[in-house]
Amino acid sequence: MSECRLKKINRRSFLASPYALWIVGFTILPLIIIFKYALTDGAGAFTWDNLLSIFSDVHIKAFWFSIEIAAGCTIICILLAYPMVLAMKNLGLGRKGLSMFVIILPMWMNFILRILAWQMILSNNGILNFLLGKLGMGPVAIANTPAAIMVGVVYDYLPYMILPIFNAIMDIDEDLIEAARDLGAGGFTVFRRVIFPLSVPGLLSGIVMVFVPSMTSFVVSDILGGGKLQLIGNVIEQEFTVGYNWNVGSGLSVTLMIFVLISMMFTVKQKSEGKESVIW
Amino acid sequence: MVRKLKKALSGIYVTLIGILLYAPILVLIILSFNDSRSRVTWGGFTLDWYARLFANSQIMDALWTTVLLALGSAVISVLIGVPGAIGIHAMSRRGYRAFMLLTNIPMLNADIVTGIALMLWFVHFLPLGFGSVLLAHITFNIPYVILSVMPRLQTMNISVYEATRDLGAGPVYSFFKVLLPQMAGGILSGFFMAFTMSMDDFVITYFTKGAGINTLSTMIYGQIRKGIKPELYALSTLIFIIVLIILTVFQFVSGRRERNKTYKERYNE
Amino acid sequence: MSDVILQLDSISKKFDGKDILKDFNLELHRNEFVTLLGPSGCGKSTTLRIIGGFVKPDSGRVLFDGTDITNLPPEKRNVNTVFQKYSLFPHMTVAENIAFGLKLKKKSSKYIADKIDYALKLVNMEGYGGRNPESLSGGQQQRVAIARAIVNEPEILLLDEPLGALDLKLRHDMQRELIKIKKEVGITFLYVTHDQEEALMMSDRILVMNKGIIQQEGSSKSIYDEPQNAFVADFIGESNIIDGIMVKDLLVKIQGVDIPCVDTGFGTNTPVDVVIRPEDLEVVSKEEGFLKGTVTSVIFKGAYYEIKVLSDGYEWMIQSVNPAPVGEVVGLTVLPDNIQIMHKPASDDEEVVRDE
Repeated sequence: MSECRLKKINRRSFLASPYALWIVGFTILPLIIIFKYALTDGAGAFTWDNLLSIFSDVHIKAFWFSIEIAAGCTIICILLAYPMVLAMKNLGLGRKGLSMFVIILPMWMNFILRILAWQMILSNNGILNFLLGKLGMGPVAIANTPAAIMVGVVYDYLPYMILPIFNAIMDIDEDLIEAARDLGAGGFTVFRRVIFPLSVPGLLSGIVMVFVPSMTSFVVSDILGGGKLQLIGNVIEQEFTVGYNWNVGSGLSVTLMIFVLISMMFTVKQKSEGKESVIW
Repeated sequence: MVRKLKKALSGIYVTLIGILLYAPILVLIILSFNDSRSRVTWGGFTLDWYARLFANSQIMDALWTTVLLALGSAVISVLIGVPGAIGIHAMSRRGYRAFMLLTNIPMLNADIVTGIALMLWFVHFLPLGFGSVLLAHITFNIPYVILSVMPRLQTMNISVYEATRDLGAGPVYSFFKVLLPQMAGGILSGFFMAFTMSMDDFVITYFTKGAGINTLSTMIYGQIRKGIKPELYALSTLIFIIVLIILTVFQFVSGRRERNKTYKERYNE
Repeated sequence: MSDVILQLDSISKKFDGKDILKDFNLELHRNEFVTLLGPSGCGKSTTLRIIGGFVKPDSGRVLFDGTDITNLPPEKRNVNTVFQKYSLFPHMTVAENIAFGLKLKKKSSKYIADKIDYALKLVNMEGYGGRNPESLSGGQQQRVAIARAIVNEPEILLLDEPLGALDLKLRHDMQRELIKIKKEVGITFLYVTHDQEEALMMSDRILVMNKGIIQQEGSSKSIYDEPQNAFVADFIGESNIIDGIMVKDLLVKIQGVDIPCVDTGFGTNTPVDVVIRPEDLEVVSKEEGFLKGTVTSVIFKGAYYEIKVLSDGYEWMIQSVNPAPVGEVVGLTVLPDNIQIMHKPASDDEEVVRDE
């Protein structure tokens, strides 16, 4: 590369300086501040207590429940998303087809209202039980249970699993599928040996996009859990809005952040180098 | 035969997921026409909530705040993010990696952590209010812009830009005539992504907004215990229908373009 | 065992209301190298895809060794395809790609390993088994694709413009190698291309197609020397195609001049198309020639000069080892043997394709 060209390139990278300033000001500094709160007590003295408070009974229970919800939600979303994407492909609904549109559209209605609507559907004398009654089936009592929270998070985050998997699978060259069939692979083998392995980057994006928010959300559990079932998000939120213990809240946030980053690091690491996220 | 069965099963499955996705929306739309303040009883059909919606200054304020935030943060994110993406793209491998990692932090981090960290930082120098929420939204929106523009940059033909410079055009002229048109799609999708994410955000807004202002999301959250004002059902139904119309038109236009690309093109016949 | 391995029996296929294949018939023999040659849109790829099982014909039958396989899915057919874009599985190594079909057939690992070695040797890619397909050049990827198809021991290998994406030099190497591989494995090759040179060089038999119809079928030599209509003449090699009138047997009138030829049976005073290959025309002094014209351009092409002569509104193309002075009036002669007379096109598919 000639010197002149290098100069030109360096000049262009200068364009990123406002963004660099922004990162320092609004990504790095806030993280430093939250660490500072997490590692000090109310008087400003250094302490590990806030980080260790995750191990208190209430907190560890909420934390564990959050992991259960997030893992369950992620698995259910995967199990629902693959057949959905394959069905869409079967029906010949292409990349810009109607089905994409159908999946994105609900995201435009305020999500808190949509969760409230689920509350109405799932409540003991709600729509679901009304319809079940018409069919002669007994009422189900899922309001204010972990199952209700699960319905809520699965509903809320399913599109985030479908979209990246859909994009990854639609990106697979049709010729590869034909090549596999040409070499003797039937429908299921084509999926197992070609479609699924090639959709893994999309799957990993989906896992990141579903696991993190479903683990840390506090609105869904607030509405569908009836206020009794607490996720770690609810605990943190209350430290700030009810308890006003910012140090403990920060400590729990940092613990959560480290857990999420480490667990997602494993996921993201799997993605092949240099390839951009397939989400967008 | 097998093919037909497969298609039928696919159709059924897609329909079921569709019902799952749309059941709550249907409920909300019905409620917006319900002549009763109660959520559980049907009091007859009315358009009253739609009429009252526009007289409710509280809701109109929150709507205005939400839209202004979304527009403002999307525009500023584009203004910072697009040059940012071009700059990062031109960096050495190490610089590129470092910046992309930093870009991914707000995307990977839980909203609640981002919201709290920003709030803890803002209270040091800024009264919480519209300004702090705007800064917060720009912060989580820039990565969406960068991640939308970057793939375009990678497939773009930079040598065309160099050729333009070689032919004597200045950098500004070349940027607007050559680079920008090639990036337009990525910028547009980044803008819409940012706009949507801002409209949709609750958690980060909740922690950084302070007491004075409300977006639609935080307003709705505040009303959960007291009961949601039916005007809000009417408003979200209206927003939903407007988006539905916009997307349908867009779908129709792009769908046509897409459909022309058929078997013939793929196999040259 | 009959010699005919595959038969297409009056296949028709429409797409978007447009005929791609019309009442199409084809027979492939064992151990034969057949090429479907034609411009894009002529139906050649669709023919291949119907044999591969990827496209179902609207009507007609596909017979494999006498058995109707029209409704058999691709994975159950004993034919394999080499795709234009290679279509190697990017998440598998070269060896895993080659093993794909064999593993599905539950072959022993010893058998598979031996086959991989054999196939890699066959396509000159020894030692590449552990490589990632994306790290290979286009030519290497295509070799792997051929190996991947051949290890399954198909009775017919379908090749869909397999060399289309390669550069000229590599294409020539690969053509020679394909012939070698064909000899080695001794199966039927059905090759699709729009490159007439490639077709002429490799095939035992060529089918020239246009608009879903076979225009001419025969050996390379017969197709080149005796095109049966204007389309074929124009598509295969370069030609001068000009209106003429068959005055009577052995005499054709071109540009108002009677010229002896060897064709008979066209009747008297019948309008015909006359084809003369550029290398068959000779530039002579204006007194000696049948035709007279002005030299408009001379281009040196390496092995010969390409000379253009304008005569009575038609620009003749001549290939000659000697140049001619531009602007000069010259004469043109041709041996009776080198004049090819054809009937006027009966339908539009037989016409010359303008601007491919």
